[in-house]
Order: sequence, then C-alpha cells, then structure tokens
Amino acid sequence: MSVNSKHHRESRLAFWMLAPTFAVVLAFVIVPVIWNLWISLKPVSLADLRGDALFQFNLSFENFQKVFSDPDFDTVLLTTLVYTIGGSLLSIFLGLMAALLVHAEFRGRALLRGLFIAPYIAPVVAVTFTWSFILDPQLGVFNQFAVDHGLLTQPIPFLSQRWLDLDIMGVGLRIPMALFSVILFEGWRYFPFAFLFILARLQAIPDEFYHAASVDGATPFQRFFHITLPQLVTVLSTLFLFRFIWTFNKFDDVFLLTRGQAGTKVLPLDVYDYAFGEFNIGASSATAMVLFGVLALFIFIYFRWGMRIDD
Amino acid sequence: MTREALERSIIRLIRIAGILFFAVIVAFPFYWMIVSSLRPLEEILMNPANLGLDFRKIDLSAYYDVLFDHGFIRYILNSLYVSIITVALSLTLATVGGYAVTRLRFRGQSFMSYSILIIYMFPAIVLVIPLYVIFSHMGFRDSINVLILVYLAQTLPVALYMLRSYFKTLPLEMENAGLIDGCSRFGVIWRIIIPLSAPALASVALYTFMIAWNEFLFAFMFLDTPDKFTLSRGVVQLAGSVHLSKQLVMAASVLVTLPILLLFLFFERYLVRGMTSGAMKG
Repeated sequence: MSVNSKHHRESRLAFWMLAPTFAVVLAFVIVPVIWNLWISLKPVSLADLRGDALFQFNLSFENFQKVFSDPDFDTVLLTTLVYTIGGSLLSIFLGLMAALLVHAEFRGRALLRGLFIAPYIAPVVAVTFTWSFILDPQLGVFNQFAVDHGLLTQPIPFLSQRWLDLDIMGVGLRIPMALFSVILFEGWRYFPFAFLFILARLQAIPDEFYHAASVDGATPFQRFFHITLPQLVTVLSTLFLFRFIWTFNKFDDVFLLTRGQAGTKVLPLDVYDYAFGEFNIGASSATAMVLFGVLALFIFIYFRWGMRIDD
Repeated sequence: MTREALERSIIRLIRIAGILFFAVIVAFPFYWMIVSSLRPLEEILMNPANLGLDFRKIDLSAYYDVLFDHGFIRYILNSLYVSIITVALSLTLATVGGYAVTRLRFRGQSFMSYSILIIYMFPAIVLVIPLYVIFSHMGFRDSINVLILVYLAQTLPVALYMLRSYFKTLPLEMENAGLIDGCSRFGVIWRIIIPLSAPALASVALYTFMIAWNEFLFAFMFLDTPDKFTLSRGVVQLAGSVHLSKQLVMAASVLVTLPILLLFLFFERYLVRGMTSGAMKG
C-alpha cells in the first residue's frame, strides 16, 4: 500500500469522524449568524415568522438606523460598558483575593475551594431569585436585618431604585443603585471562574522564586508585588478579555434580576425587548449584529495578541 | 518586631477575615434559599430578619405544592431527559472527533482548533433570535428535542477540545499494538482510548450535564407548552405566577440547585480540572 493512499484513507476517515460535529456547528452557529445578518437587513415583525416574507429580497439599513437613532441607545451602550467593565474587574479582583487566601496549605482548604465554586455551578434562575429575595425592600432579610440593627434608617430597594443619594460626612454622592447591585451580583457569581484560573497559575509558580527572594530579605508584601503579581499578568489580562466578552453579551443575569428596569438596560436586553416588546424582529437582529461586531473585534484582539487561556 | 514578622501577622489577620468574608457571602444565599423554602409565608412576612431556622416549625408543604400542583415532577423529568441525552450525544461525538483530530492526519487541523476556540467564545444571545426565527418558521421551535440539538451545539466544540487535549497525553504504543492486531479504529477507541480516558470523560460529562441542566435563555425563548418545560423554565414560570409566595419560589430553586451542587460535590476533582481546561463559559 502506498503512503499516499494511506494518507488519503486517513483523511477520509477523519472527515467522517468529524462530520457530525461540523454539521451541528454549521447548523446551529454558522448558519444562524449569516441568517441573522439577512434578517437584520429586512423589515421583519414577530407576525411575519410563519410566512414567506422572510425570504423576500427587500434589504435596507432601516433596522440599523432605528437601533442607532434610538434616543436611549447611548445610555444603553454606556450602561452596558459600565456593567461589563465593572462586573469583569470585580469578579477578577474577588477571584484573585480568594485564590490568594486559599493558596497556602491549611486544614479545610479543599472544602473551602469547593464552596467557593458554588455560585458559578448553581443555576442562574435559582441564584438570581434568591438574591432578589434577600435584597427585597419589604421581605428581604438584608434590609430588615440592617434596619432592625440600626445599620440603615430605611430599607433600600437595591434592585428597583435607579439612583441612591448618599450623604457621607457632608459630601453628597449619587450612585446608580440598581446597576451597582447588578454589578455586585456579577462579581459574586463569576469570581469562581477567575479564582480557578488564578489558583492554577499560582500553584505553577516555582517555590525557588520565593526562597531566593526571602534570602535576599524581601518581605511578604514585597514578594507579592515583585514575584506573584508579575507572574499573574498574563492570566489576569486573558481573564479580563474573556470576562469582558461574556459579560458584554450577558442576558440571563440582568433579565432575571431587574428585567432591565431602573437604569440596568444593557444591549442584550435590547435584543429581547425589540423582539418581544415591540415585536420588531428586524431591529432585534440588528442589535444582535452590533453585539456580534463587538465580539468579532475582541476575538480579533485575542488572536492578534495570541493570548491563550489553556493548552 | 521585624518587618517580616509584622507583615506576617498582618497577613494572618487578613487571611482569617478574608476567608470568613468569602465563606459568608458564598454560603449565605444557599443557606437562605433552603431556610426560606422550609418556612411558611406568615413566618416570612412577620419576621423577615430571623436568621435561624426553628426545627419545630419546619414546613415541607412548599415542596409538595411545587412538585404536585405546579408540575415540577414533569419539569424534573424533562430536565433529566434533556441533560442526559445531551451528555450522551456530546460525549460520543466528541470522543470520535477528538480521536480523529489527535490520531489521524488531515488538512486543516490547526484551523479546527481555532474555530473551536471561536465557538467557545460565542454568546447565546447572538444566536437565539436567528434560531428562534428559523424554528418558528419551520414550526418546531416548541420542542424539547430541538433544545437538545441547541445544547449539543453549545457543548460539543468544547467537549471535543477538552478530549483532544487529553488524548494527546495518552501513549501511542498500546493503540499501535491494537491496530497491528487487527483492531479497527473504532475498536481502538472502544477498547483502549475510552478506558484510559475515564477521568477526562467524566469531567466532560459533568460539564455538559451542567450546561444543559442550568441553561435558561433557549429554554425560556423556545418552550411554550408547560408539559415541555425544563426546570429552569419552570422556576421562571412559577416565579411569575405566584409572585408573593417566596416559599414556593425558594423551594423550586432548591429543587433545581440541589442536584447540580450534589453532583458537583461528589465529583469536585473532575470538575475543577474540566473548568481550567476550558470547560466553562458564561
């Protein structure tokens, strides 16, 4: 048997072994993206889905014009950015703290590590409903407990109030309460993701680095800033990129916590609201295309700088 | 006191405080979910700030209501069906595909790895509207089997990628011996690769199960008929209809959370490995 025909046979076999995977990805990822581009360029309402209007060749940029000229678009985009950057940074910061705490050997460490991952494992519907309940101004344990013990003068509607005016020693401060709460939730739910990656990286730093530094008289804090932190730069920036992409496109959490009320409307919720609030599938697809554009940009950055989270 | 010793004691204090802080913020919501599901509505209304649970007043009626009056038995079965079928399909196709990628030579191998990574980053919200439109048009959107295919597309690329990384570490000698002894490629996968890859297969299975079990967006958008609801979809439905009864919503939340957390506790080791090899997303 010639080498060539052996290669040929291997290629054919590989093709058939990978064909089901390709078919699934093609049908449920690639085709939908192309199909989405098509719909985003057409006037399609929720009522048109059954008819042939979907296939008529009447393309225009109307949907995009509608999306971009919406008076709230700038606000929604700004909210999305604040939510995304705030949520990403907070989850990575908490993940870093948790990883540093659990890094050293001690009794109960494995248990703690397991516990720390729970927010990420639990179904999103369960944890959002639980947090909504805890933070509820009337029935919520947090507000009641704080009021009973004199920590708050009145309950705070964490998830339903747009602005909260604080007066800290005569200095007035206005914080976007609901958005702030949603970001805190984001930090709580996704810190385990950062935690696991940072912990894995921490454990890969050779002990000799620390020994050498100790011998040279470096104190623990110096060792952290001069050895640990530089070793974590790559994993921290990769994590930021991933968290940014996923938080930017996150629908479930905000939808379940606030439905986009009280100044928490982010772009992914616009996708839903256009489709099922205004029955405008075209505008909904156009918004999804905007999200896709941002995603494509970030995937480009990812491959351009060759950052890799594994392998 | 030297600076070294001072910093050491500061770090000790920070560590204890930090661990307590994390333990409380992580565990409390789960504790509260369980406690509230066992406490009658009047109790919650009268004394919302009571942190403890009175064991003499434990009330299991919410679980009974949720399971029998609100259809949750059905939702549990649906969720199990969706998750188990997704796991079976994803595992099978990823094993065969992962074998092809690591053991057979063909053009476009590196292209494969890149496309998998790109799909890994792909968010559901970008795909949900076009898929909604296609399946509505064809008239089978409201179907649990369509949901399974969507979940398969979400999990398969990453499952394949994880198994690929693992297969690469397996020694080739046994496989070659198998091939020389007349095993087919599929025979090698069945008799040699699968037994050697049990830990990796376990973590892929868990990861896939978790994605399918927890998924909300597609289940929410696609399913209209209550008989077809998955648990996540059912909890949202319940929360919308019994707005005030926090006890029922918390009981339903416990039902959807407990299986996945227990599974996770039993197999924690595999899950952690799976996640750091790129298994998780969201």
